[in-house]
Amino acid sequence: MTRMWIGALCALLPFVAMAGEGRLLATSGATSLEGAAGGGIMPWAVLSGYGERGEWGADAFATRVETGDYRLDAVGVAAAYGNRVEFSYARQRFDLGTLARDLSLPEKTLSQDILGVKVRLFGDLVYDRLPQVSLGVLHKRQRDFQIPALVGAARREDTEGYLAASRLFLGGAFGYNLLVNGNLRYSRANELGLLGFGGDRRDKHSVLKEGSVAILFDPHWALGVEYREKPDNLSFAGESDWSDVFVGYFPNKRIAFVLAYARLGEIATLDEQNGAYLSVQGSF
Amino acid sequence: MRAFLIAAMLMLAACAQQPPRDDALYRDLGGREGIAQIVEGMLLNVAGDRRISAHFQKVDIVRLRVMLIDYFSQETGGPQDYTGDTLEESHKGMDLSPTDFNALVENLQAAMSVQGVPVRTQNQLLARLAPKRHEVIDK
Repeated sequence: MTRMWIGALCALLPFVAMAGEGRLLATSGATSLEGAAGGGIMPWAVLSGYGERGEWGADAFATRVETGDYRLDAVGVAAAYGNRVEFSYARQRFDLGTLARDLSLPEKTLSQDILGVKVRLFGDLVYDRLPQVSLGVLHKRQRDFQIPALVGAARREDTEGYLAASRLFLGGAFGYNLLVNGNLRYSRANELGLLGFGGDRRDKHSVLKEGSVAILFDPHWALGVEYREKPDNLSFAGESDWSDVFVGYFPNKRIAFVLAYARLGEIATLDEQNGAYLSVQGSF
Repeated sequence: MRAFLIAAMLMLAACAQQPPRDDALYRDLGGREGIAQIVEGMLLNVAGDRRISAHFQKVDIVRLRVMLIDYFSQETGGPQDYTGDTLEESHKGMDLSPTDFNALVENLQAAMSVQGVPVRTQNQLLARLAPKRHEVIDK
C-alpha cells in the first residue's frame, strides 16, 4: 500500500509544475471511492483538481471505511485537463475481517483496479445557464476472483458508464451555497465490483440512480448527504443501497478532508455494515 | 359588475406603477459606503495578485473604482444607476479567461471577508454577478 502511494505521488510530479488553480475553492469536490472526482460513494460531474481552461489539475487520495466487520481502503490518482476531461486510477482493497475468520475463507481481502475517464459535456458548476453535465466510464478489474466466483459472480472484469449532473446554487439554501448532484449509472458491479460483475441472479447492466445534496456553510466547510442505488445480482446475499452523511473541509486548494458516517447495509450476508468514512485528498 | 371593473382598474393602476426597488442586499452590504470599501479592498487585492494584476496596468483605476461602485450598487438594488459602458464593451479586447474571472471573484470574496460581510450576504452578491460572467470573459 505504501509503495503504491509513493508510486502514485511520483506519477503526479510532472503535473505539479504546470498545475492550474483557476477554479474556486471546493469546486473540484473530493474523490469518490472509485477514483473519479465527486463526493464519497459516487462521482459528481466536477473534474479533479483546480485546473480551468488550458490548465492541468490533479489529485491523489486515500480513503478508509470501517464498518465493524469489514474495512475498505481505496487509494488513487486523477488528472484533468482544461476542466474538460479527467483520467483516474484507483485501487480498492476490501478486508473481509469477520467473514474471513468465521468461514476460514481462502483469501482475507478482495481487491480491484479501476480506470476511469470522465468528460464534461456542457454547462458549468457555477456560472452557465445549464448545470455541469459529464459522462464517465469506469473499467474495473477484480484481482482476487476466487471468492466472487464461489458466490456466483459471472465475470471478473467489466465496464460501466454514468451520466452526472452537478450544480452549485449560490445562496441557494437560506443564503448558503447549495450543491445538488444527480447521476444515472449503467452497471452490473457487485459491491462496487469487489464481488465481481453480474451473477447467478442477474447478469445484465442495471440503470441505477444516485444523488447527493450539500450545503457550504462557508467556502471551507460542506455538510451533505448521498444516496446510491446498487444492483442485486447475486443470490447468496442481498446487496443494499448505500447512503452517507458527510462533512467536507477544504482549508486550501492543496488539501481536503472528508469525514462521513456511511450506511452500507448488508454486504456478503453480514447486515448493518455502518460506520466511519475518512478521506484525505491532495490536489496539485 | 361595477365593483369588478373598479377592482380591475385599481389592479391595472397598481401594475403600471414602478414596483419599489428591493434594496435589501444594498443595505446589507452597508450602502454606498460599504460597497465603496469592498470595491477598494478588491482593487487593492487585485493589484497584489500576480495572476491578474497585468490586466489592470493600463486601466484608469480612479474611474474603474467609481464604475464598480455604481455597478455593484445598481445590481444590489441601490438608488444609483450605472451609466458606464455595457460589460461586453468595457471588457472588449481584454480576452479574460475563466481563470481570470475566478481570480477576481476570490479577490472580491477576500475583500468582503475583511469588511466582515457575512457569508450569506457574500453569496447573494456573487449570485447577482455570476450570471454576468459570459459578458466579461472571452471578449
